[in-house]
Amino acid sequence: MDIKVLGTGCANCRNTIALIEQVAQARGVPVSLSKVEDIKDIMSYGVMSTPGVVIDGKVVHAGGIPARDKIESWLRIPG
Amino acid sequence: MVAAIIQLKHWSKRQPRAFLAVAALIWFGLYQTLLPLSEAAVAGLPVDRASRLGGALQFFFYDTPKVLMLLAGIVFAMGMVNSYFTPERTRALLAGRSEGIANVMAASLGIVTPFCSCSAVPLFIGFVQAGVPLGVTFSFLISAPMVNEIALTLLFGLFGWKVAALYLGLGLSIAIVSGWIIGRLKMEAHLEDWVRDMPRVKADAGENGLTLGERIEAGFASVREIVGRVWPYILAGIAIGAAIHGYVPEDFMASFMGKDAWWSVLLAVLIGVPMYTNAAGVIPIVQALLAKGAALGTVLAFMMSVIGLSLPETIILRKVLKPRLIATFIGVVATGILIVGYVFNAVL
Repeated sequence: MDIKVLGTGCANCRNTIALIEQVAQARGVPVSLSKVEDIKDIMSYGVMSTPGVVIDGKVVHAGGIPARDKIESWLRIPG
Repeated sequence: MVAAIIQLKHWSKRQPRAFLAVAALIWFGLYQTLLPLSEAAVAGLPVDRASRLGGALQFFFYDTPKVLMLLAGIVFAMGMVNSYFTPERTRALLAGRSEGIANVMAASLGIVTPFCSCSAVPLFIGFVQAGVPLGVTFSFLISAPMVNEIALTLLFGLFGWKVAALYLGLGLSIAIVSGWIIGRLKMEAHLEDWVRDMPRVKADAGENGLTLGERIEAGFASVREIVGRVWPYILAGIAIGAAIHGYVPEDFMASFMGKDAWWSVLLAVLIGVPMYTNAAGVIPIVQALLAKGAALGTVLAFMMSVIGLSLPETIILRKVLKPRLIATFIGVVATGILIVGYVFNAVL
């Protein structure tokens, strides 16, 4: 599962990465987590609020730190 | 305890309207008990109620839960409202509208659309791509951080509805007029080139099929996030207010920020613009200033400058705006705040 977190580096973006890491580890799901900080790259996904989360190329979340159960529902899909 | 909370969560999903009705009733009921409870709390302590300490303690015991409850209630309601006004929907509402009306709409939408300053750039670009006029985008960008529900709630809870209403009205006016002026200046050429080269996007409001239960959850998430983050500042602010309430005599005279000093508003704005704290953090400073006898207009101008214009946001916006446009943005808004401060002082 390829997860990208879109954000220009504010606290919310960092916390989102930390939370996803935490949940992925707790569930034992292997993910490749990366951060997209360049604004042009972020805009290429068409999100208007950060932090944004892109899984396997698809935008699943934009704006605010995602709720834990939302992250868990993403990881439940076999990847 | 945890099981009870989980049960409540399920109930809020299955019967959202009933949940909201009951929650509102409980909130109001609790709110009514705050004043008598605060008096009872002071009565229970070995302190003379009529003394300075007694007065300060009663203020603290009353205002702390009062402001926290108000904040929780408003943030919850706004969290729910925010779930309706996504940036995508706001953009769709504004795209292609003629200026004037659009500025008013943009400023008003700035209040109800969720906004975090690190999202300023993606949002700005998104608006530009969909054809929202530059001035209209600015009206939104000015009102969103400045006229936020936290500032309004705290002003209401601590200084009364008139101050809150004034802040709201004046803040919106500044956002509308500043945005309109910037639009008239036709500075589209001062957008960074790569922004103007971004592809056009159709402003489509997108799917937003959230259930009421999910919106309630969004409300709670908002409360956890915001109140969870700002409560220390609120406690500090109220503690200062309590000390002032109990210990500063009623007729304490003005110092350098008094109404009579013509440069007081100018100084307030000059100091406030480069400063930034969140809306809750500025309240202790506002309390202290008012206690020193600063005029209300000066203090409101200071507050607007601090939370409306910030160095971090300016640095972020530098990625999309050329220096001349940033300077214009700051200049127009600061001037607007200045005028508001002076007029306010003059009128009162």
